[in-house]
Amino acid sequence: MTSVSGPLLKVNNLQVDFGSGDTVTHAVNDISFQIRDGETVAIVGESGSGKSVTALSLTRLLPTPPAHYVGGEILFNGRNTLALSENDLRKVRGKQIAYIFQEPGTSLNPVFTIEYQIAEAIQLHRPDVTDVRAEAIRALDLVGIRNPAQRLGDYPHQLSGGMQQRVMIAMALACQPKLLVADEPTTALDVTIQKQIMDLLRDIKVKTGMSIMLITHNFGIIADIADRVVVMFRGKIVEDGPTGEVLRHPKHPYTRALIDCVPKLGAKQRRLRAIDHAEIEASA
Amino acid sequence: MNAPATPLLQVENLKVHFPITAGLLQRRIGEVKAVDDVSFTIERGTTVGLVGESGSGKTTIGRALIRLVNPTGGTIRYNGKDITFLRESQFRPYRKKIQIIFQDPYNSLNPRLTIFKIISEALEIHFPALGLEQRRARVAELLGKVGLKPEHMDRYPHEFSGGQRQRIGIARALAVEPEFIVCDEPVSALDVSVQAQIVNLLQDLQEELGLTYLFIAHDLAVVEHISDFVLVMNQGKIVEAATAEAIYQNPQDPYTKRLLDAVPKI
Repeated sequence: MTSVSGPLLKVNNLQVDFGSGDTVTHAVNDISFQIRDGETVAIVGESGSGKSVTALSLTRLLPTPPAHYVGGEILFNGRNTLALSENDLRKVRGKQIAYIFQEPGTSLNPVFTIEYQIAEAIQLHRPDVTDVRAEAIRALDLVGIRNPAQRLGDYPHQLSGGMQQRVMIAMALACQPKLLVADEPTTALDVTIQKQIMDLLRDIKVKTGMSIMLITHNFGIIADIADRVVVMFRGKIVEDGPTGEVLRHPKHPYTRALIDCVPKLGAKQRRLRAIDHAEIEASA
Repeated sequence: MNAPATPLLQVENLKVHFPITAGLLQRRIGEVKAVDDVSFTIERGTTVGLVGESGSGKTTIGRALIRLVNPTGGTIRYNGKDITFLRESQFRPYRKKIQIIFQDPYNSLNPRLTIFKIISEALEIHFPALGLEQRRARVAELLGKVGLKPEHMDRYPHEFSGGQRQRIGIARALAVEPEFIVCDEPVSALDVSVQAQIVNLLQDLQEELGLTYLFIAHDLAVVEHISDFVLVMNQGKIVEAATAEAIYQNPQDPYTKRLLDAVPKI
């Protein structure tokens, strides 16, 4: 097997374009970063900054065309996923790199029970498991769902948004991935549920030692969970550092602007700080 | 005339119950008390924040105020006048005074209409005397007010970002020169950076036009920032009502404390 000395994920000079010719957009423009074993890295940026494109590129989930992987490499456990065959890639997707997305309601299949959907993932990625039902119950238990055995027969519409996201996380964890990619996992949820889901992810990180890549536009939610922060602005990485360091001493004006625009309780601001993109562009 | 002390909106013991029905004949087997005996007032020119989780009944209150749902009981007084059970024709003048901005800027604009048509529809109903040129001029002015350009009026909703669409929703609400706007989670679906722009815009417009807001949200940090007075709602009831400052500094109800605790801290 591959050596454990290198980082789990190493992205080198990745470039992803959309379209071609005059209308080409460099959605991800020459970025490099890494995620070590057991590390949680937050990728923070606004809509259109390229953070989700980066996440989806890890297992080549973007449709080509319109997307083109123009350059760079994505080394996962030392193997370049951009060069893998479809067949080999399928063994990475879900099994080694699992995803959870925004809007859990649309990620779950409405016509199948929770048990069916979790079991499907387990049977596909862990054929050695004999008692699939017990494994599904264990996964639901891990994400803090009470009476998991009774919940197995439920359909997605019978669950609240927060519970649906827990089921998505349970499905991802059932495959025992090395890296969990959480793409805006709490954006569609109430703040109270957001807190529960973030607490859950932190809990899982401690229990399983899994690496997490957390994609978000909200600097407010990462402080308690991320070891490192990568800030993206218009397809480029403008800052990369330890979370505490970045939050206390942001180096790039865009990072500072993103931190400042989060509303703070009791801050007594007359106005919220909005982001002046022209100013950032000029100073960058 | 009204005495200057009359609040713009007085809500007393408002109840909105939805029936639960079952069986072939849709027999009534119970009811959901979405809003259960709620009272509050809003003074002219101020912002009252209404905060609570999904299912707490906050959106139903907003919808009852603009008559998108019918109240089961209680009274709603607007400028001193009871408007709770007015007939639709009698309620019409209030549709001009009371407007709403919705949460989801993607589903609240008709994708097949141009921005001009979307904003101008309300003008055609409430200002029938205006000709096409006058309406175009008015829409251009409204787009300017919300930080968009006059040339945007001939485009379609899909050409705009979430934040821009929310600006269009605000321009549509302003078209009929309302006094009172129900802002139903106007920033919940937006990036935090865009959220700041929209909240600032709402505050600027309030100052400029003397508007009164009911600001509904689940995020106490945003509500505390924009509101003069805050109502905390849980399971159909108001569990705490206090100034924005008091809510933050000295929360009384355990539910309020839970909401405060959930706000991310940097």
